[in-house]
Amino acid sequence: MNVFEYANPTTTKEAAGLLAAQWGEAEILAGGTDLLSLMKNYVATPKRVVSLRGIKELSGITSSASGLRIGAMVTLQELHDHKAVHDDYHSLAHAAGSVPSPQIRNLGTVGGDLCQRPRCWYFRNGFGLLAKDEKGQPLVPAGDNRYHAIFGHPGGSPGAYYVHPSSLAPALITFGARVKVAGPKGEREIPLASFFATPKREGERENVLMPNEIVTEIILAAASKGMLTATYEVRQKEALDWPLATASVALRMSGDKVKSARIVLGHVAPVPWPAHEAEKLLAGQTITEDSAAKAGEAAVRGAKALSGNKYKVQLARVAVKRALLEAAAHGKEGMQHG
Amino acid sequence: MASEKWPEAGKRSLIGKRVTRLDGAVKSTGRAKYTYDVNRKGMLHGKLVFSPHAHAKIVSIDTSAAEKMPGVKAVQLMIEPGKEVLWQGQEILALAAETEEQARDAARAVKIRFEKLPHFVADAPPEKAGQHQTALAEQVTGNPDQGFKEAEVTSEGTYGCPVITHCCLEAHGQVAEWEGDTLRVWASTQNVSGISGELVDGLKAGGVEVPASNVQILTPVMGGGFGSKFGADTWGVACAQLAKKAGRPVKMMLERDHELMAAGARPSIYARVRVGAKKDGTLTAWSSESWGTGGIGPAGNPNLPYVFTRIPNRRSRHTRVETNTGPARAWRAPNHPQMCLITMSALEDLAAQLPMDPLDFFLKNLPFVIPERAETYRQELVKGAELMEWKKKWHSRGDKTPGPIKRGLGLSIHTWGGGGHSSNCNCTIRPDGSVEVFLGSQDLGTGTRTVIAMVAAETLGLPVSAVKVNIGDSKFPPSGASGGSTTVGGVSASTRRATTRALNELLAKVAPALGVTPDKLEAACGTIRVAGDPTKAIAWHQACAKLGTAAITASGQRAPRGPDELISSGVGGIQMAEVAVDVETGVVKIEKLVAVQDCGLVINPKTAESQIYGAMIMGVGYALYEEKLMDETTGRCLNPDMEFYKLAGIGDVGNMVVHFMTGPGYDERGVIGLGEPPVISPGAAISNAVANAIGARVPTIPLTPDKVLAALEKVPRSALNDSSLRSEQEGGAA
Ligand SMILES: Cc1cc2nc3c(=O)[nH]c(=O)nc-3n(C[C@H](O)[C@H](O)[C@H](O)COP(=O)(O)OP(=O)(O)OC[C@H]3O[C@@H](n4cnc5c(N)ncnc54)[C@H](O)[C@@H]3O)c2cc1C
Repeated sequence: MNVFEYANPTTTKEAAGLLAAQWGEAEILAGGTDLLSLMKNYVATPKRVVSLRGIKELSGITSSASGLRIGAMVTLQELHDHKAVHDDYHSLAHAAGSVPSPQIRNLGTVGGDLCQRPRCWYFRNGFGLLAKDEKGQPLVPAGDNRYHAIFGHPGGSPGAYYVHPSSLAPALITFGARVKVAGPKGEREIPLASFFATPKREGERENVLMPNEIVTEIILAAASKGMLTATYEVRQKEALDWPLATASVALRMSGDKVKSARIVLGHVAPVPWPAHEAEKLLAGQTITEDSAAKAGEAAVRGAKALSGNKYKVQLARVAVKRALLEAAAHGKEGMQHG
Repeated sequence: MASEKWPEAGKRSLIGKRVTRLDGAVKSTGRAKYTYDVNRKGMLHGKLVFSPHAHAKIVSIDTSAAEKMPGVKAVQLMIEPGKEVLWQGQEILALAAETEEQARDAARAVKIRFEKLPHFVADAPPEKAGQHQTALAEQVTGNPDQGFKEAEVTSEGTYGCPVITHCCLEAHGQVAEWEGDTLRVWASTQNVSGISGELVDGLKAGGVEVPASNVQILTPVMGGGFGSKFGADTWGVACAQLAKKAGRPVKMMLERDHELMAAGARPSIYARVRVGAKKDGTLTAWSSESWGTGGIGPAGNPNLPYVFTRIPNRRSRHTRVETNTGPARAWRAPNHPQMCLITMSALEDLAAQLPMDPLDFFLKNLPFVIPERAETYRQELVKGAELMEWKKKWHSRGDKTPGPIKRGLGLSIHTWGGGGHSSNCNCTIRPDGSVEVFLGSQDLGTGTRTVIAMVAAETLGLPVSAVKVNIGDSKFPPSGASGGSTTVGGVSASTRRATTRALNELLAKVAPALGVTPDKLEAACGTIRVAGDPTKAIAWHQACAKLGTAAITASGQRAPRGPDELISSGVGGIQMAEVAVDVETGVVKIEKLVAVQDCGLVINPKTAESQIYGAMIMGVGYALYEEKLMDETTGRCLNPDMEFYKLAGIGDVGNMVVHFMTGPGYDERGVIGLGEPPVISPGAAISNAVANAIGARVPTIPLTPDKVLAALEKVPRSALNDSSLRSEQEGGAA
């Protein structure tokens, strides 16, 4: 870790003023569960670290008739334990609770989860986010890509092959979440679905933030009555590990038929990956083994496996199917309960 | 006179009792001081600079900027410019600074110019390994061609496992401190009595002469070695050199990434195997072509087949592949887990083809194991089957239960030596009744300290708490390195003898007071008493008071070479695994593991069981998760961290059941080591269980979802009675 200046502002405005106009010169510190390892490995070498800890306005979850407002500094554990989240945004609570280890959940924040850097081992070993060798050739397609993208990658050309690491993002997107961002020029609000971006050049980041912007809160519209949601994560290990593929689904129902569906895959592409074909397919359907399997099929149509990650196509397919079946099962439970 | 023979079953006060490890509380509360925790006055922090390249020539090393960095006190080159580095992680220099952070910054300020050279890091078969290979001589016994002709069923398969590492909780490293020309080193080592020689030689090569008698190694507790910590290591020598140059103590522990790159690897193994049997299951022939790499240098010496070494007709050949990756070190039961995986997988595949329940198949072929173990294995298989409910749960290949979760059973057999390393023990009994034993041995975390206390207390008729055990100091009477599961044999024999001799001296002093000759006396229940007449007794403290002012010191040895009647060598064990495989995701979960093991006379069943639990957990790790991954383009290790070098956690290990074969037929063999054998079988047993569950062999471990799904592509849906299963042709995508 390089020597750095530590800033501890108390307002968002002050914090934004302490950030730099260039990426990399200053970094935001939330829970630090990711930033610290990036700095220890010299992947991040900021001259200044701007802590958000002292900024009260970034904390807390407020629930109102219009929905939920989740402060960027809310921890994953707080999010998981919050009653309104648990009752009305089930798939989100599940995603937050599945991030491994109490330590990470108690330190890691919602803003940090959305802005954490990819775990691609070429990136983490110092070969850059776009992971190239000395001749500018991409390392991932020729190398060990078992955990890399099956969607949204440039298929052998230089570019982004990592998967976006956030488990919260897919669930949040299915609820139509919006993020509020503050910078030196004030605030703006962006749909989370358009918050993530795929960098084309080394030095660019994985989202549309400017280097001196801060995610301040997540806004969720009021949960619609009878919406069925679920997140299914394929994980190999119980202990400290990343999912291999995930799917979050949110189903607006009309009786036992799907009125409209939102399905977003995680850990399969450089951004959370919406499964629009599968969503369309489900409209007007009841969720059965068969319709769920067909949706899973539709969700992976167009997947482009790399040399070592064909299995992830199957995992994504199953994650969608199981998330749908789980959501439908919640519906049945709900009806039984009255 | 007390006899040094182990007491008979009815006469044991402590041996065979479940004694809680003596250092459990200090360790679990963080009070135990590991090498990592040693902080000396004025101590500096050392850091290593190592090669980032798999193969390069060092053109120049410029330390001038680093030497000017704040806090830097000493720099020590470990390789000269002009030489080649042969793996990522090879040490180039070490430096010491006031703080760890300063040392790290300074290490980054060292400027090294490399001329990159071609590297070879692939864990590749001989046909792709070019000049990086050495074929060992072919071994032939009997007439393999004839054996295969006689076979009515033959099975062929390819099996293997990749390079893995040791992942000791405590990294390699040491604290070195000079006082004049005396060197004291706190080292995380498996070899307290043995590493000073290497330090002395290394220092001498660098121009510092110090007699071995002036070097003291201290390891009061240590955080695991698993075979990777027998030497002083280049960094041990460098640390002492830095301390000498700076005139201050230096602590230098390896960072985790370096630990994974350079501090030890277990060689990979892959094999193409053919086995033949009669229809009734009797084996007739074996043939195998195996290969593997242990990184730089020749490594890996498997003898195939394993355990069933007397299959009448056999042919085997092994090829060593050398790569530009960190060198191999002994890994808990060197070669055995690899040989076991290959052999037991191939045999289980053959059993499935016959078809025959592998339990019956293994029982049937016990005539082909070494005769001394056949009956032990038979009893163990029967016991294991009972604990696993094998006959109730076992099904032929492919679980036909509807739904995506398929269960399966697998088993495996292993063997190990044990024996006892050389060991000397001194026992002192003082007039106030206090007792101490001294051994230059070490407790790697296995419970050695507790076992020594139990043996001493048993001999002297005292409670465990009455004996002070002093180990982990090279100034104590020398003991061997803790390798080959030889520690418990060595230290229990030397402790038993030392304490028996000390007791006999005491008995001679006490005898007159009890009005009998010493040979009529025994030590029991905190007294010295007349054997057979407990009313004629004198309390331990009063007995010791008869010593006046002169303490007794007696020494004992494990017989330096050859057999020793207190210990022996050679054990057998079996393990069974039950797994649940999700055939839609390829995720394998361990449901239950059963280990049945013999190890002669078990001194402490509690710590012995812990050894087996630990071994099985380690086994789940390499069966399901572990793999040191090298990138062929860059020559770098992709997962030198505990995130993507994956280990099992508590939720991953399933329900573990341990049974020891003890009592008549076992106890009289004396003490035999146990650390290694139980880690041999898990890979094979788990791989066999997965094959049984899904109806296909996943050829190599770790059994990760990608490989399980790939194996399932070859299984027809009907074999698993599952409509949700799909092959890629049916599934479409990708
Ligand atoms: C073994 C392991 C397994 C894990 N598994 C999962 C998993 O399954 N799913 C999952 O989602 N996560 C997982 N995590 C990651 C964990 O959730 C993140 O590390 C955590 O959420 C990051 O939050 P933080 O507050 O600690 O972020 P920090 O480490 O403080 O920051 C992370 C990054 O985000 C930036 N940042 C933080 N807050 C803001 C903000 N408000 N505005 C703009 N930028 C900001 C920082 O500058 C930094 O670059 C895992 C981590 C580990 C080590």
